[in-house]
Amino acid sequence: MGLGSMAIAAAGTAVFGYQFLSPNVLYEPSPVVNMGRPESYQLDSVTLDVDARIFIVHGTEGFFALNAVCTHLGCLTVWKPDLGIIACPCHGSKFDVFQAGKTPGEKIEGPAPRPLPWLRMWLSEDGELMVDRATEIRPMQFVRV
Amino acid sequence: MSTRFRKYFDELRETRVWRSMFRGGAGASTLRKSMAIQQNVFLHLLSTKVRKRMLEFNATWYLGTLTLGTFAILVITGILLMLYYHPSVPQAYADTKDLQFVVSSGQFLRNLHRWAAHAMVFLVFAHMFRVFYRGAYRPPREFNWVIGVVLLLVTLLLSYTGYLLPWDQLAFWAITVGSNIASAVPLMGDKVRFLMLGGHFVNANALLRFYVLHCMILPLAAFFLIAIHFWRIRKDGGLYAHQSEPDVVMTTAPARPSL
Repeated sequence: MGLGSMAIAAAGTAVFGYQFLSPNVLYEPSPVVNMGRPESYQLDSVTLDVDARIFIVHGTEGFFALNAVCTHLGCLTVWKPDLGIIACPCHGSKFDVFQAGKTPGEKIEGPAPRPLPWLRMWLSEDGELMVDRATEIRPMQFVRV
Repeated sequence: MSTRFRKYFDELRETRVWRSMFRGGAGASTLRKSMAIQQNVFLHLLSTKVRKRMLEFNATWYLGTLTLGTFAILVITGILLMLYYHPSVPQAYADTKDLQFVVSSGQFLRNLHRWAAHAMVFLVFAHMFRVFYRGAYRPPREFNWVIGVVLLLVTLLLSYTGYLLPWDQLAFWAITVGSNIASAVPLMGDKVRFLMLGGHFVNANALLRFYVLHCMILPLAAFFLIAIHFWRIRKDGGLYAHQSEPDVVMTTAPARPSL
């Protein structure tokens, strides 16, 4: 009886503690971001939005969005136009974008365990590029304008 | 001069007010001296008697005491820094800059806090190496070694949580990387990271949580563990002296009197 009630009280405290420590409302930015008119992105360009932490890539096959957060330890990667790759400043991971035969976002070298994820992208009714940063999609799903 | 001072002090110790606070009266007898230690809530954690040579530098290199000293500096400077620091996203970085360039002695206090933190980590490691290579972790002191390891973890967590508080780029990315390491824990990693940061990013909730951990929870944990750590020294037979434990250190050697 004594031990049983103690166990119930301990379990209740654990549940209460876990629920209390998990915020129910987050004042974080919305995962869906409006990235503007497709015409503003030149062909064969990679554009990093630092605030949204995504790359908007405009290739010959169409538009797509890559998560710019490195899959290693979460640093913000950057586009290196002279090398034609995406690179992480923290631990040197490198990712491909335009190389033929490779999937954009694929790792070239470095400690990153996974490629940069593709994010869901669509055109809004007003014809603007929308990206849902919380939804990863299978690669090679381009948005054609 | 010193004898006259001693006389005044002895008289003071016989007054009713003094005796109401400290039950042990004046006198140089071993009993009186022991009682002065034993009947004091802080000093009673320590041994009433210590070998004189154990108080020399060579016995311990004073590494534990120096660690306590840096902890005391960190508590005092930390409390003073808290008077000018707001753990909020719009203000944290500005307050840090204010502490450096606007507050009188702010830069001194902040630097002292930072250097003492580095020194404490160094001293904790030095203390542990010394205890390890001298064999002072062995029975009957094995549990105090375990408490010491927990204190090492608390020290490192204090350093880690304090790193975020200046809210600059270095802090932000260090905690981003550090919390992503936590999410590598199998099965519950992402949940651990979520609870640690109070969200999906290093943001206002993370700053507040790290502030509470750094200024309240971890120092209190350190305080109680340090108290137990000191009390265990007494309970485990005083400071470790190499020759004082022939049966443990040299099992094959003939018993010899402890020095």
